[in-house]
This record gives sequence, structure tokens and C-alpha cells, in this order.
Amino acid sequence: MIEVKNLYKEFTNDDVVTKVLHELSFDIKEGEFISIMGPSGSGKSTLMHILGFLDTLTKGQYKFRGQDVSNLDDDKLAELRNKSIGFVFQNFNLLPKTSVWDNVHLPLLYSTTKKSASIVDQVIESVGLTHRKDYLSNQLSGGEKQRVAIARALVNSPDIVFADEPTGNLDSKSGLQVMSILQELNKNGKTVILVTHETSTAQHAKRIIKLKDGKLISDDSDFKQIIAKSLNNLK
Amino acid sequence: MISQQSKYFMFVRVLLRNKTRSFLTSLGIIIGIASVIMIVSVGAGAQSLIANQIKGMGSNLIGILPGASEEGGPPASAMGVSITTLTYNDALELKRQLPEVKAVAAYVRGVGTITYQNKSIDSTFMGVSDRYIEVEDTSVEFGSFFTKEELHARVVVLGSEAREDLFGDLDPINKRIKINKESFRVVGVMEERGSAGFENQDGHVFVPLETTQDNLLGVNHIGFMRLSLVEGTDSAFAIQEIRRVLRDQHDIENIEQEDFTVQSVDNALEALGSITDALNYFLAAVAAISLIVGSIGIMNIMLVAVTERTREIGLRKAVGAKASDISRQFLIETLVLSSFGGVIGIIIGISISWAVSLVARYLGYDWDFVVSIFSVVLSISFTLLVGLAAGWYPAKKAAALNPVEALTYE
Repeated sequence: MIEVKNLYKEFTNDDVVTKVLHELSFDIKEGEFISIMGPSGSGKSTLMHILGFLDTLTKGQYKFRGQDVSNLDDDKLAELRNKSIGFVFQNFNLLPKTSVWDNVHLPLLYSTTKKSASIVDQVIESVGLTHRKDYLSNQLSGGEKQRVAIARALVNSPDIVFADEPTGNLDSKSGLQVMSILQELNKNGKTVILVTHETSTAQHAKRIIKLKDGKLISDDSDFKQIIAKSLNNLK
Repeated sequence: MISQQSKYFMFVRVLLRNKTRSFLTSLGIIIGIASVIMIVSVGAGAQSLIANQIKGMGSNLIGILPGASEEGGPPASAMGVSITTLTYNDALELKRQLPEVKAVAAYVRGVGTITYQNKSIDSTFMGVSDRYIEVEDTSVEFGSFFTKEELHARVVVLGSEAREDLFGDLDPINKRIKINKESFRVVGVMEERGSAGFENQDGHVFVPLETTQDNLLGVNHIGFMRLSLVEGTDSAFAIQEIRRVLRDQHDIENIEQEDFTVQSVDNALEALGSITDALNYFLAAVAAISLIVGSIGIMNIMLVAVTERTREIGLRKAVGAKASDISRQFLIETLVLSSFGGVIGIIIGISISWAVSLVARYLGYDWDFVVSIFSVVLSISFTLLVGLAAGWYPAKKAAALNPVEALTYE
């Protein structure tokens, strides 16, 4: 589903160039559950932004469902975000003083294809918040807020759900609840990409990509190969 | 199905999240629009009041003042300068020579102390000829007005207010009063007229013209004359004829040398109308400045809102809003704010104008309640313009935000 080749990203601030991502190459297949791991400043958030069409790469190639999306304009990217991506953020990013239903409904406002509003009720039910449907966002607990955010991410039936430190602002119990919802999603075939610096959270995923200083330092499939090689060597 | 309507209703709901602020933001527009509507309406009401009063004096009424008219402005005599070119004989000649003239009255005015027993008032005494009642379309309430034969008599007719001041509830007829120490017999009391034109004639006392000239003022001229025309007379033609007769009387050959000014009520109305119009537009323009201030207030608040809602904008972009969606949202929000202000302002402006007209009528003025459609349409277009102008820059700023920066904005 995602093919990245020699992805390079730099930021220019007041003529100072900062290299953030160096020559990353990897593929992600449909239905995978991946963690992108790394300490803060490793470039994992930037990588998520690029993969989620919030940002563009400086050099290299990004193919999404076989289509080169490296050089799309802002409106095309917005359309792709709307159609194919669902985001879950660390700080929830719900609209203030707005009902759960309206928050979940938000992506449909910007959808080019018309969808039935009943989907909103369905996704709210799927995260177990039907009884909170008419509550305002500020009346919810942290765990509930994040479940609303997940419902919002799902309402447009996206290809990929990105979760950026989804448990970062939650207590461990709500954190586990959120992670199990994400795992459930993946079990039902949704591609989930988790961005985190916590090993315990990352381990919920089936595959872990590790970044450090903008470089890919390990991919667990590579890791398995290394193990396989070393096993061979042992023989 | 997701309709476009729910999308726009969403924008209104955003404003409802912050009701107090939305209201305060609109307040500038509310006050601005209300004052424009009110000023235009009250101005039109005041204009109607003056016009009605002048019309009340009779639309086929012609006034003749001594002294030449200067550049269309009022003659010097109207400014209080005494010019002696007009006489009672001129008035009589006009009536004699012109069939168009129905009645003519000559006036000369003086100020003095009027005394009855131990009561005295300072008032205007008006020396008038016997046709005064006919020309002014008024009548006596008690007694009678003096006749042509009594123009030399020592009699007086009191204005209703003067009578009240001097006599209270007593019957004044045949009582003797003093005007500047000269003794007069009261023969009549005028009916109450209210303030007609610019002066309150109820407070005056009316003395026969020649008595006033000879015994009170010691003059031969008259202050001005008024004449009424026969029904259906073309007033422009009548004015030409009047000027011809008066030129003859004064041995003047050249129109430029005329030593009198002839004015019809229509003339006066027109001149007055252009003055009050100019005043109204000026006041409305001043009020419009408050609209501009109001719109700057809206722009300011919208700019604050863009900063405050940076993360919200980032989120909207993250879930698929295009730059055009964001700018449209902010533009519509501003338009809703300003049109809300506009509508409330129009309602308040009309209500106040209506209240003013009620009070004015209660006080006995002939006041029309006028709301000009023009001012309402102008106000509505102005608020929409204000909304667009005030919303454009903040909307552009919001739309230009980078989604990643907006999402991570602290």
C-alpha cells in the first residue's frame, strides 16, 4: 500500500537547513500494524506527517496504492487525507464545546462523496460511546476523548489509521483500552500505523520500524533476517 | 445525507460556542447601523414636521419682505435689519390691481411690556391689517377682530397664551391693558394655533396696523406682508405680476434694482429641504464612521480567533478541509456576525425612530414616522461589505496555515 524510496526531508528556518529524514526506504502492506519508534527528535512525527499527507517530502519518492504522491498540490493532499487517512493525536484535538456526534461527523463535512450520517452513529457505537453521543467534548474523560478521536478517524472508512502517541496523555488503564481498540481495528483488516517512543506501546504492533536521527536503524523484518542469518551462522 | 446546510449551520454553531464575544463583536455594527437608521429617520421626521408646519400656513401663501434678495439667500430684513421700502399702500395696491390676490395682510412688529392691572409680560405686539385673519386662515375664539374702519382704533386682540398670562380665567373682553404705557381696549382673543412656522404667535398681541405705526412705533413702513392667492392661481405667474406692480409702485425699471423680495411657501420649502437634506447626510456620514470602527473591531476579533483556533484549523485540515474550506468558514463566520449586527441594528434603529415619533406626537407635533427603504438597503449592503472586508484578511491568514504547524501550535 505504501512504497517509500530514498525519502529525504529537510526544513529551512531563517536560512538554516535542518535535515530531518535521510534516505528512508520501506514498504507497508495493507492490513499491517506497524509501530514507528524512536526518541523525540528522531523524525518519527515528520515521517508520519509525510505518510499521512500532512506534509511533503523534499526528495525521494512516495507511492500510495501504486500512485506517485510525492508532488501533489495542497488540495489533492487534502482530498487524500479526507478519503484515505484517519488521524489519532496525542492531545485528542477535539473541537471545544462541541458534541461527540459533531466531532465525529467533522470529516464528513469536507468529504466530496456524500455519505449517510448513520455511519457516525455506527462508529460511535464501535468505540462504545453511544451513551455519550450528545455530550460536549469538554465533558468527557481523557480515555473517552481519545475514543471519540478514533471514531472520528474511522468515519470516512480510511485506508490507514495513524495514531501519534495515542496513549501519551492517558492513564495506563485507558491507554490499554485505546490500544485494544486499535488492535481490534487491525484484526478487522485496517492498516494501523502507530507512532510512539514507548517500547511497551510499540510492542502492540506486529512490526516495528525504529528511527534515530532521521535514519532507519531497524525494521523488525530485517531484524528477523538478522536472527535467521545468525542462526545459520551458528549452524 | 450530509447537506451543505449542515455545513453552514456548523459555522453558526462555532459562533454560538462563544456567545458573549460574538455579541460584543457585533455590538459595533449594531450601534453603527442603529444610529444611521435612526438619524436618517428622525431627520426625515423633523423635516416632515417643519414642512407640515409651513404647509399649515397655506400653500397658496406669498410673502413679501422689504429689501433685495441676495444671491437667493434671505433678504437683509429677515436678518433683523430694518428696511423701510415697503408700505401699507403697496399692499392695498396689490389687492386693487391684481385679480389673483384674494387677500393681503401687512405686518409690523414691535416688542414691549404689556400690562393688565399688576400683571405684566414682555411680548411681541404685532401691528396687522384687518385681513390678517383671512390670510393666516385663523379665527378669534372670543369677541371679534378689528375691522378696516378700526385700523386707527386703540383696540387689541390677544393671542391665546397672552390672554392666559394676563387674565388667567377672567374674561378679558372690554378690559383695558397697556402696551408701553399706551392704553388699549381688548376686543377679542385669538384661537390657539400652536407654533406655526418658526414662531409661537399665541404669545403675541395684535394691534391695528396704523395705530401701531403712529402710536407705538412712530414709523410709516411695514415689516412684511403676506397675501393669499385665489384658488387655482399659478404662483409663479402671480409672483411675476406682484413684482411688476411693486416695481411700478416704487418707480423701479430694472429687475436687479428691486427693493423687495417675493417668496412663495413652495420656495421656502425647497430651500429648507435642501438645507435639512445636507444636514441629514452629514449626520448619517458621521454615524457611518462608527460602522467603519465596528468593522475594524470585527476584523480584530476574527484575527484573534484565527490565532486562538490555530489547532482547530490544523485539525480541520488534517481531516480533509482544503484552504478554500477554511477561508470560506471564516468569511461566513464574519458575515454572520456582521449581518446579525446589521439586523439587530436595523430593528433597534427603527424602534428608536418609532419611539421618537410617538413622543413627538404625544407632545403635539405633526411628526411623520418615516423609515427610508434606502437607508435600510444601504445598511444591509454596508454590513455585508463590512463582513467581507473584515473577514477577508483573517480568512486568508487562516487558510494559509500549514497543517503540521497548526496542529502542533501551543
